[in-house]
This record gives sequence, C-alpha cells and structure tokens, in this order.
Amino acid sequence: MTDDLQTLQSETDAALAAAADPRALDAVRVAVLGKSGRLTALLKELGRASPEERRERGAALNRLKDALTAAIEARRGELDAAALGARLAAERMDMTLPPRPRAQGLIHPISRTMEEMAAIFGAMGFAIAEGPDIEDDWRNFGALNIPAHHPARQDMDTFYLPGIDADGRSRVLRTHTSPVQVRTMLNQEPPIRVIVPGRTYRADHDATHSPMFHQVEGLVIDRAITLGHLKGCLIDFLRAFFGITTLPVRFRSSYFPFTEPSMEVDIGWNRKTGELGGGGDWLEILGSGMVHPKVLANCGIDPREWQGFAFGMGIERVTMLKHGIPDLRPFYESDIRWLRHYGFNPLAPAMLHEGV
Amino acid sequence: MKFTLSWLKTHLETTASLSEITDALTMIGLELEGVENRGAALAPFRVAHVIEAVQHPNADRLRACTVDTGAGLVSVVCGAPNARTGMKAVFAPPGSFIPGTGITLKVGEIRGVQSAGMLLSVREMGLGEEHDGILELSPEAPVGVPYAAWAGLDDPVIDIAVTPNRGDALSVRGVARDLAAAGLGTLLPFAPAPVPAEFESPFGWAIAMQDACPWVLGRTITGLKNGPSPQWLQDRLLAIGLRPINALVDVTNFFTIDLGRPLHVFDAGKISGTTLTFRPGDGETFKALNGKDYTATPDDCVIADAAGVQSLAGVIGGEATGCDAATTSVFVECALFNPVRVALTGRRHQVASDARSRFERGIDPALLPDAIEAATRMIQHLCGGQASTVAAAGAEPHWRRTASLRFERLAGLGGLDVAPDEVVGALERLGFTVAGRDAERVVVQVPSWRNDIAAGTPLEPSATLPAERAAKAAAGRAEIEPECDLIEEVLRLGGLDRIPPVSLPAGGAVPAATLTPRQARASVARRTLAAQGLAECVTFSFMEGARAALFGGTSEALRLANPIAADLDQMRPTPLATLALAAARNAARGHAEVGLFEIGPAYPAIDRQVQVAAGLRAGPPARHWAAPATPATAMDAKADVWTVLAALGVPMDALTVTADAPAHYHPGRSGCVRQGPKTVLATFGELHPRVLAALDLAGPAIGFEIDLDAVADPKRRRKTAPDLPSFQPLRRDFAFLVDAGVAADAVLRAARGAERTLIAGVSLFDLYQGDGLPEGKKSLAIEVVFQPRERTLTDAEIEAACQKVVAAVAKATGAALRG
Repeated sequence: MTDDLQTLQSETDAALAAAADPRALDAVRVAVLGKSGRLTALLKELGRASPEERRERGAALNRLKDALTAAIEARRGELDAAALGARLAAERMDMTLPPRPRAQGLIHPISRTMEEMAAIFGAMGFAIAEGPDIEDDWRNFGALNIPAHHPARQDMDTFYLPGIDADGRSRVLRTHTSPVQVRTMLNQEPPIRVIVPGRTYRADHDATHSPMFHQVEGLVIDRAITLGHLKGCLIDFLRAFFGITTLPVRFRSSYFPFTEPSMEVDIGWNRKTGELGGGGDWLEILGSGMVHPKVLANCGIDPREWQGFAFGMGIERVTMLKHGIPDLRPFYESDIRWLRHYGFNPLAPAMLHEGV
Repeated sequence: MKFTLSWLKTHLETTASLSEITDALTMIGLELEGVENRGAALAPFRVAHVIEAVQHPNADRLRACTVDTGAGLVSVVCGAPNARTGMKAVFAPPGSFIPGTGITLKVGEIRGVQSAGMLLSVREMGLGEEHDGILELSPEAPVGVPYAAWAGLDDPVIDIAVTPNRGDALSVRGVARDLAAAGLGTLLPFAPAPVPAEFESPFGWAIAMQDACPWVLGRTITGLKNGPSPQWLQDRLLAIGLRPINALVDVTNFFTIDLGRPLHVFDAGKISGTTLTFRPGDGETFKALNGKDYTATPDDCVIADAAGVQSLAGVIGGEATGCDAATTSVFVECALFNPVRVALTGRRHQVASDARSRFERGIDPALLPDAIEAATRMIQHLCGGQASTVAAAGAEPHWRRTASLRFERLAGLGGLDVAPDEVVGALERLGFTVAGRDAERVVVQVPSWRNDIAAGTPLEPSATLPAERAAKAAAGRAEIEPECDLIEEVLRLGGLDRIPPVSLPAGGAVPAATLTPRQARASVARRTLAAQGLAECVTFSFMEGARAALFGGTSEALRLANPIAADLDQMRPTPLATLALAAARNAARGHAEVGLFEIGPAYPAIDRQVQVAAGLRAGPPARHWAAPATPATAMDAKADVWTVLAALGVPMDALTVTADAPAHYHPGRSGCVRQGPKTVLATFGELHPRVLAALDLAGPAIGFEIDLDAVADPKRRRKTAPDLPSFQPLRRDFAFLVDAGVAADAVLRAARGAERTLIAGVSLFDLYQGDGLPEGKKSLAIEVVFQPRERTLTDAEIEAACQKVVAAVAKATGAALRG
C-alpha cells in the first residue's frame, strides 16, 4: 500500500475513534466515502493512470474501501451498543417493588367436597339428582316410611312453611336429601344410580349444628344389589375421598325408617390427634341401608323385582374431617379471612386423573 | 336407656366381660353411648384393719400404723388425725394410682419408719371433697375385700341409644335377650308365680275410648306400709339417674326399666268412687305428678274417677291420687295404650316421661298378666299388704302373626350366605318360634314384644301411580317386608362385619357424564367467577324478613312458621341479599374490600326455586403504587356477567341490556340482560344507596344475579370453518355527537349493521361529555374495522363504506359526525 493510502487509513481510523455519536460517524463516512470524499477522489484519479498502474492501484483502493467501510460499520455497531446500554441503564427499575395485585378467587370447601363426590361416585356410574329445598311432608316423611306420629319426626326438628300445597300437604324445608330418592323413583325407571348433594334444614343451632347444612344422598336400585354392594361402594368411596387406601371402615346395625337392614358406618381414627386411618377409635360418619320395601312400594316399585341401597352423609362433616377444619359455623359466615384460608383454587378442580 | 351391669345380670347369665358386652351392644344395633365405671379407678383399694396406730417416734403429726390388709401386716405412716387403733379403713397398696392426688404409690421410709401403702380419704379416692381425715368404714367391713365392691361402687352404668323401632329394648330384659341371642350368655327365665287373691277388688275399670286403651288390668293391695325403698332398689334407680321417691313409686319405676312395662299406682284412699274410666279429655285441668297443670283435650285419653281426670293415660299420672308415705292401700294400673295416641298426647302437652317413651314405641301386649303378678309380689315384699283379684277391662289384642324367610335371601339381599340352622337358631334365641320349615324357607311366629317385625303398617303410596302398578308394588311389599325384617335380625346378631364387601359392578368401561347440562353450568359458572377474583360463599337460605324485603322478598308464604331465630325467618329472594349481609359483616370486622359470590337457590315464589349465580364487589380497593384505587362500577358487574354468560356458551351478540333492573339496584346504574324479549338472563348494577344504608354497608357496592336456569343448554354443533381472510383489515375512527340519552349500544349496533359483509368489528374507544360540547350532548368515538375479502379496497370503496357508517348511525340515533 502506498503511503498516501496508508495515511488515509490511519487518519480515518483516528477520526472514527474520535466520532462519539452517529452524526460524527456519518461525517467521517462522508469525508472519506462521500461524493467528494478523499477515497472517492482517489478512485476518480485512477483513470489517468496507466493500465498497469491502474490495475494495481485500483485493487489497492478497493481493498482500502472495503476496509474503511467495515471500520465505519464496526464503529457504528459500537456506538449503537453504547447508546442502547445507556438507555437500558436509564430505564432500570426497582424489581423488588410489589407487583400489581390480581385478585385470587376461591372455591368454597363445601363445593369442593361436592365436586370430589361427583368425581368419585361418577366413576362408579352415578349421576347427580336434585330436588327443591321446599318439599311437601309426604316426600320428606310419609313416602319414606315416617308416618305423622313417628318418633323420628320429633328427632328431626322440622321447619314448616305456612299453608298447604295444591295436594293438601304441609310444606317443609327438607330435613334430609332423601325426598329426592322419592322424586327419582317416581320419575325414572330402575335401574337407578344417583347421588343427591344439597341443602338440608333442621331447627337446631349450636356449636355442632347449623339450621342449614348439606347432605349427600345415594340411591342404587337394581335387580341384584345386595348389602355387600352397599359395603363395597361406601368403602370404595371413603377410601378414595380421604385418600387412605387402608382406611378402616366398620358397619354396625342401626335403624332408619327408610332402610332395612340399616347400618351406621364408622371410620377408624385417633380420637386424641384427630388423625384418620388408625388409632383404634371409631368415628360415626354416615347412615345407610337397603331401601325399605315400603319406600319402594310407595314409589310404585315392586320390591319382588327391584332392590337396592341408600345412604346419607353430612358434607360439612366429611369436609371438616378431611381438611382438619375444627368449627362448623364459619362455613356459612363468609368471613373473607376464613375463605382465603380454606378456599380452593378454581383452576385445580377435582378430577380423578389429577387426584381429588 | 341406662342400666347397671349387675341389673343386666339379673336377666342374663354370662361370663362375658364388660367390654365384650358393650362392644356387642354397639354391633347389634343397641349403640353404646357411654359406660360410667366409678369402680375401675378404685380397683386396687381394699378394706383394711388398723391393728395398731401409735405416735410416730420422730414426727409429732404422724402416726405409725400396723395395718392388716387381708394379705398380711404392713407398716403405714399416716398423717390423718383420726387414724386410730382398731378402725376399718381403705388401704392403697404400693404401685396403686391415687385418683385424688395423681400420684402412684411407692414403698418409702418416712423419718425412719417404713411406709408400705396408704390409708385413704374420700378426696384421695376421687369420690368427693371430704379431707378431714381417712375414711372410716363400719366395723363389719370385711378385711381384704375390694373396697369398691363392698361399697357398691363397682357396678358400671351402661348407657345405650335405643332406636325408635326397638321399644322392646327399652328394658333391661330386652337388652339381655338381644345379648343372649348374639351369643353372650343365657337369658334367665321370667315366670312370676301368681299372687293369690285374698278379696274381690273394690275398684274396677271402664273403657270408653277403645282405640286408645284396648286392655287394662288392675289390682288393689290393702294394708300396706309405704316408706323408703330398700337400699338395693334405691341404688339401682340412683345409678341410672332416677330419684327414689317411696317404695310404691320406686316399684313402678323399677318395672318401667326392668321389663319396659310402665305401671301406675293410684292411692286407693284418694280415688273417688270405685271405677276408673278411660275416656277422651273434656277440657279438664289437673295437676300432674311433676307439679304442672295440664288441660286434657278430646284427643287425649285420660283416666278419670268420680272426681275427674286423674291421669293422662300412658304419659303422666296425677298428683291428687299419687302415693305418699301415708298411703296404705293402692290400686295398681297395668294397661296397654295406643302408641300413636300416647305419642300425640305427649307431644301436645310436651311431657317426656319414661312411660311415654315406652308406650309410644309399643310395649309387649302379652306381658300384662305376668307384669301385674310380679308387681304385686314386689309391693307385698317391700310394703306388705293383701292383694285383691285382678280387675280387667278390654281384652288382649290380636298380636299373633307369622313371617316367612327364604334362606337364599340372606345372600340375595344381605350379601352373606348363612346356614339355615344358624338362621333358625338366631331367630329362636330372639324368641321367634318355628311354625314351619323346609329346605327353602322357615316360617316363624313373631314374639309378642317385637311389634317392629311383620308389622304391616299402612303404605303411603304416591297419588300419581297407576292403580295396577300401585297394587303390584303393594303386594310385593306385603311379601318382602317381613322377610327383610327377619334378614335384618339374623344379620345384626352375627355382625355386619361378616358380610364381604363387593364393589359395584361397572355400567361400562367408561362412565357416562355425571352432571346434567344444568349442573355442569353451575360448575362452570363457579370456576369462572372464582377465576374473576371472587371468593365463593355459602350463606343461609333464610334471613331476616325486613332485610329480605329490601331485595323484594316479602311473601308471607315464604316466611317460616317456626323460625329458629327472628333474623332467620324469611326465605331469601336472592343469594345477593345474603351476600350483602356477608359483605357488611366483613366490613364490620375491618375487611371492607370483598369480592364474593354464591351459586345457590333463590326463592322468588313458594313454588319456584331458581339456581342463581350472584356476586358482589364492595369496599374501596386497597391502594397500590401502580394501580389507581378506583372502586368497582356497574360496568365491572356487567363484565362479571358477560364473562360468565360467555363461558356458558350464550350467544353474546344476541344479548340486549334494558334499564329495568329490580329496585335493589341504583335505578340509573343497573340493567337487565335479556336474550330475546322474554328471557332475562341476568341483572346487574350498583346496589341502591337505600339498601346499602339499611345494611350499614359503605358504598358503593356492585352486584349481579345470573339466572342459571334461564340459560339454554348448549347445542352440540360442529363449528363452521373459521373466517381467516388473507387481506389486511383497515381501521377507521369516527366521532359522533349524540344526545346524552342515546345508548352507546345503539350507535355500535347501527355502525355494525351499516355494511354487514365488510365490517368485521366496531368498538367504542372514547366517551366524552362536558366542556366544548353543547349542553345535553355527548361524544362517542368508535373504531370500525373493515375486512376486505376478495381484493384490496379502492379509496372510493373505502369512502363509500365510511359514508354508509355515518348515515346508518345518524339515522338510528340522530348522531352528527364531529368535524
């Protein structure tokens, strides 16, 4: 490279190094590569050289042009990076600031339990049946083999509404979900396999009783359903619901007007610690039995052809046991602190394949 | 039902332990409520004789005693001032736990004298507060025997819950019979020998209310001496919580518990006339044995003498003819009453007596002759006297009936194969007698005390059943019910744990949907609302009437006849009402900012219950450095409604909002969401300031109610192919000046409808009212998206489309394009 070219390169390099912003950089570029730039001028002079000289100097000039162009772009990159760096530095924020709150909604524990019941019983082929909270006394009592004078009617402190309905019957707030058994048997031909979660009402209000609470009823009617199936179904449910595959379950004889034979169901727990599964104590958890022939007949089902079982369980009770919730009353008080503590994530609903 | 172990053993010969008995009771359906066993803690303590008590050589206040424990002589140092030579006392050996001090004894040396045990005070045994010194026993107390046994404190009291069907088990004998049948021993015979009559009874019966009292026996006993009953009888009654009164009354209480056979004794000297009549009440008032006055109604069966009503039959006796210490002759009543009448009378007059609880469950109709003999004998034994003939009225009712059981049904219904011999044996132990048997079945006579077996009580069939179907079902019931009764007996005695559990047979490999579309709607709405940041509540279905009225709930038909509290008397018209109360409660606790929802019933009318998703947002939002603390507005309520309805698959374009929301909303800031002219899907808005003030809720608060029952089931349709044009959409902005009363929705709809094929979307991006605009006008700025489909639009085409938008909006709303 001739001296003049070398000088041009070194002077340009120095100018580029001195260019502190894109405009200064552009000025350097124009001064070298612009229309009247120094390199452009040298290229123009090439025509006057001999062909021999022209080839050699032309090649040198082109090499220099490439080198200078690259140097300019490299410097431009440096300047851009520096500018971006300065901007980013200026944009720095305190990342320890609290983010904008997004309200977290929750599912009530009672709903959660009902969902879990639907999932588990659903896997056993049950559908969900429903009925109104305001019932007539025939569906709530009479059809279920609880005649007017029956002592069981005194055990259930019934809420009454004034007046009578079109059929001349008293209106009550249902004391159990069992009237839906009657509705289902009257509306549907067997075989039947339903659960009935819902609101129930009894005139009782203290630390362990609420005038409104929730039950789930179960009803299975088929040709060859036995007490063995009742036991199997409830053991399967209780073990799945509480997530304890070895949960001890005990059945003992009892009485309900609408079942025969009737039985109470206990699960094993530790009375001292409240832990379920072991401990040698028994905790009464639900009532059940084979559907009484009178109940079947009251609903037009011939007990010679059809038989089955029914059960009823307190939803709050099993919810309290499963989650260790000590008190009943806060379930209905809507204390936002309680709801936040015991509520469930709506986007993690009860699904068997994710685990209930 | 309470009884003591020793009482039970007067009917049951058994070697079973207390825990074996109580476990069996629970398993056979006589559920154990509790066992009170005062003797257990006293088990190590024995009666001892203080051979010598001398001054301790090294301590002024102590005595060194030599004690005969029955198992040898021991040295005991005792600090009690009353410890003296020759006394009988209670001795606790080393190793025993002292209930009153919580200490387990060890052999020790106290100031140089060995002490190998302790002489106990009442308080140290945990039997009372007395601590003046050690308990001094009577000189006759036998040395070496367990103190608790000697003092009668070792008799455990067993308390069981008797189910309403088992009147027979409200007696010690009935319990003993069940235990014997379950294999825990042998039922001892009960066959009281007749007491010879020494004279004709001067008193007799008349029954003028046959259905209430089918049969009664009576007996006069004269020349007796009433007084306190003997200690054993007092002890038994006291142990189960009954107060001893006098021998005659205690005898009746004894048989009530022992045989489940309530009796009554009239003081014969106080009866007017010679006939006691069972008849309907006639408004007479009498004083009962509990000291209260009762007025008999024509539905009550009373027992009356010449002076008037003396007893509510089967429920409670009267004071005027009651027995006291001065009684020298009695007329014993042993009657049978109609259980329903007794139950109704008891309930009507709110008397809960031991007699009532047995009569209303039904007592053994064949027991009367034996019972009156046993009672007569016991009265004579305790009080002396001479017995008359038995005066009777009515007759033993027909109770004999049979029940039949096919052996295969034990497995067919009960799920357990039981050998026929075992089946028959169990029934026989319960008192059934075999009337016939072959390989398939057994027919048994039902014992008189089991009124729950093959009872044949009336059906209450549905009135809507076709006659033929009802008759067939009734015939089936008549055949099957007695068999079920017997199956239950056999299974319960053997223990239901014997029945092998069987999982339900699957209906198919994959079950069908568990929820109906309506139920699934509630689930989706629940998750959607929770995902909007609202916390789900479950509130009561009833509330205070005055507050329900704020939300339109004033129906008398929906007011409870017997509310549990004055503030829980009206069925709620909407869950929004109880949510508002919940918000107020939270605010009162210092948590004013809440977002709540509930999916539950509303009771708009007596025959209508609606599933409503209601929500409420109240309170000033918490301040935040990056978000303005703006309270929720009616538009937030609308957004909640929109989100839910969209999640439920409602066609959102078809919805309209009208300004006729219910009165609990702000009249100018609320709306009804309608699908078509008739269907109201939801209401929403700011709550009315009057409502907020009445509930002490600082406003503003917004609410919404979505009628989930009004939402149509989703149609299962395949979706059409999506519209994905390849040309870029064009966006044009328009600002319209309209009257302030023009609905924004009208502008948006008019714009959207101006050129259906070309306009893909219209959105409102600015709303302005105020300075720079004429009075009564507002400016609405919208963006219209034009979507070319076949080719790029020309400027002229775009201009034409814009003109159509301006013209359509102007025509629909009177709007003018702002320059």
